[in-house]
Amino acid sequence: MAYRSFVLICSGTGCESNKSGVIFDRMAKQITEKGLLSEIQLVKTGCFGLCERGPIVKVLPDETFYVDVKPEDADKIVEEHLLKGRPVKNLVYQYEESQKNIKIENIPFYQKQFRIVLRNCGVIDPENINEYIARDGYKALEKALFEMTPDDIIEELKISGLRGRGGAGFPTWRKWVFTKDVQSDVKYVVCNADEGDPGAYMDRSTIEGDPHSIIEAMTICGYTVGAHQGYVYIRAEYPLAIRRLEMAIRQAREMGLLGKDILGSGFDFDIEIRLGAGAFVCGEETALLASIEGNRGMPRPRPPFPAISGLWGKPTVINNVETWASIPVILLKGGKWFAQIGTETSKGTKVFALTGKVNNSGLIEVPMGTTLREVIFDIGGGIKNGKKFKAVQSGGPSGGVIPAEYLDTPIDYENLQKLGSIMGSGGLIVMDEDDCMIDIAKFYLEFTVDESCGKCSPCRIGGKQMYGILDRITKGKGELADIDKLKQIGRAMQKASLCGLGQTAPNPVLSTLRYFEHEYRQHILEKKCAAGSCKELVFYTINPQKCIGCGLCAMKCPVNCISGEKRKPHTIDQSKCIKCGNCYTVCKFGAVIKG
Amino acid sequence: MAKITLEELRRLREQTKADIEKREVEGKETLVIVGMGTCGIAAGARETLKAFVETIEKLGLKDVVVKQTGCMGYCYVEPTVEVVMPDMPRTIYGKVDADVARKIVEDHIVHKKLVSEHVMDKPAADIMK
Repeated sequence: MAYRSFVLICSGTGCESNKSGVIFDRMAKQITEKGLLSEIQLVKTGCFGLCERGPIVKVLPDETFYVDVKPEDADKIVEEHLLKGRPVKNLVYQYEESQKNIKIENIPFYQKQFRIVLRNCGVIDPENINEYIARDGYKALEKALFEMTPDDIIEELKISGLRGRGGAGFPTWRKWVFTKDVQSDVKYVVCNADEGDPGAYMDRSTIEGDPHSIIEAMTICGYTVGAHQGYVYIRAEYPLAIRRLEMAIRQAREMGLLGKDILGSGFDFDIEIRLGAGAFVCGEETALLASIEGNRGMPRPRPPFPAISGLWGKPTVINNVETWASIPVILLKGGKWFAQIGTETSKGTKVFALTGKVNNSGLIEVPMGTTLREVIFDIGGGIKNGKKFKAVQSGGPSGGVIPAEYLDTPIDYENLQKLGSIMGSGGLIVMDEDDCMIDIAKFYLEFTVDESCGKCSPCRIGGKQMYGILDRITKGKGELADIDKLKQIGRAMQKASLCGLGQTAPNPVLSTLRYFEHEYRQHILEKKCAAGSCKELVFYTINPQKCIGCGLCAMKCPVNCISGEKRKPHTIDQSKCIKCGNCYTVCKFGAVIKG
Repeated sequence: MAKITLEELRRLREQTKADIEKREVEGKETLVIVGMGTCGIAAGARETLKAFVETIEKLGLKDVVVKQTGCMGYCYVEPTVEVVMPDMPRTIYGKVDADVARKIVEDHIVHKKLVSEHVMDKPAADIMK
C-alpha cells in the first residue's frame, strides 16, 4: 500500500493524559469516513519532547507541526489538511509572531538537540516491532552475535567512553568486564528503570517511545558477559511504559529475537519485568536487586559490587535505561563515532527532563558539553513570564542548585560535580526570582527523609534533624548557629551514610548554602523571605493611597479577612490572613503590598 | 508470527525501511506538489495524487516527496501540479490526470524531460522544445 501522508500522534504519557488517544481515534474515524484509509497512515509514536505544547500531531512529508491539539481539532485537520491540503494555521507551532509555518528542523527547541537515545522517539510506532527493525533495529544484535566476540564488544564500549547515565557516571565497559571475567554458572543482566527523581521522566519516555532498544541492548550484554536472563525493574507507576515493554518483549519472543537460539546463533536470552512499588531507595542498585529477589528494598554495603556478586549472589550487570538505549547505536556506528561527541571526560549525549519555570518544558537530548545557558535559554526558550533566572537544580534530591553565574558551564559529569551538584539521571528544574532557596532545599529534603529506608542512622536521623532546622528557618524561628549545624550534619551524612541516598541527601541543602547563604541569613536575621514564598514570613498589606475600594480583593479572599467600605481603602485582618496571595494577584491598582 | 532467521530479519529490514523512509523529508530534493483545493479535488486531484505516490513507489524513487497544497489559482486547468527538482526549472503542470501523472514521473523526474503539452508556467525558452 502506498501512503502519501503520515500523521504521527504523540502517545507518551504527557500527551496521552491530554487526550491524544481520543484525537487518534477521532482522526482514524474521520479518515475512514472520508475514504482516505489507503492514502494516509496514522501512527502512534513516543514523545516528541516539546511536552509543554502537547498533544502534538505531526504531518509528514508536509512537516507540519501541530501543537496544543484538542480532540475537536481532529476533524478539522483531516477535513482541511489531509483532504484539501490546507494546513490548519492556528494549530501550527510558531515560536514568534513572525515565524509562521516554520520547518520542524528550524524550530529553536530542536536546533541544538542531538538524538541518540531518543532516536526513535516520536518517529516510530513503539508497539510495532517492524518499525523498530526498519530503523536498523536488532542490527546491532546481529552484528554482535555473528561478527563480534565479547571482547570486541567491550573494546568498542571502551573506545566509546560511555558512562552510566543513572547518575554516578561509572564507565559502562568496566562493569561489563567485571561480570564477564567472573567464573559463574549463572549471571544476570538488569535494567534499572526505577526512575524516582521528582520532575524526571527520561527513562519513562525512552521506554514508552522505543522499548525494543532496551531489549536489544540487554541481549547484547547477555551475550557479552555470558548471561541468559535479564530483568527490567520498573516502577508500577509507569503503566504505559510497562504495557509497551511487555508488548515489545512478546513481539521479540515471537520473532525469536528473545528466547532460545536467537537468530540461529545458539545463544539463549530472555527478559522478564519486575515491578517496583515506587520506593525511591530501590533506584539504588543493591536495594533494587534486593527488591527483585523478593526482599525488602534496602541497600547493603559495597563491595562486593553487583558486577561480582549481585542478584542472588550471582554476577550482575546493572545499567540505567538511557545507558542501554545508547548501546545499539555505539555498536552500529562505532565507539569512535560516539567518542567524537561530548567533552574530554564525558562522551555522547545526555537526555534531560527540563521543567520548572521555563517556557518549553520537555524532554531534550543534547551533546555533553552543551552549556546550561543553551539548554535553558535556547532550547528551553527562557524563563516563563519574563521573570529573572535564579538557579537550576540538577540531579534531583541527590543534586544541587547552580546559580546564574555558572550558566555558561559546559554540562558534563565533572563540571557539575565541581559546582556542588551532580549529573544525576537528568532532571533539570529551572527556578526564577519567586523561588526561595531554603524552601527548595526543604522540599527535596522532605522527599529524601520520607524515602529513607531507615537502615543506617546518619541518613535516618541526620535527614530528619536537618529538615527540622530548615523548617524552623522558613518559619522565622532560625538562629545563626543553625547554618553551621546544617553544614556539620550534612557533611556527616555524606561521609557516614550507607548508600547513595543518604550520602547525597544533604546536597540540596549544602549547595543552596554554598551559593545562597545570604538568603538563609536574611530568613534568620531579618525574618524576611525575599522571594515571598515562605508563608510565615510574608505579610500582605493594603496601601491606602492606592486602594480605590473596588472590593475585588475582599470578594476573592477565601477567609473573608479583607474589609472596608465601598470606594474607601480596605484593610487586611492579619490574624485571619492565610497568605494565599489572592488579593495580591487580583488587585489591578498595585495597592496590595507583599513583604 | 514464527521465529525468523537472520536472512529473514535482514529482508524484513529492507522491506520496512522503504516504508519508513517515506516519512523522512531530510535530504530529499525532488518535490511534487499537488493542488488540492476544492476545484482540484473536484477535477480529480485525489486520483492524480494517488497515481504519483504509486508510480514513485513502483519505480523505487527514494528522493521524491509528494506534498499537497491548496488552490494554485489555475482553476481552469485543474488538477495542477508543481514539480521542483535540481537541474530542472520549477514547472507547473495543468490538467494532470492519473496518466499524465505517471508520464510526469517517468519523463520529468526520471529522464529530466518536460512534458511540454501540459506545462502551464513556462520556464525559460531555451529549455522548452
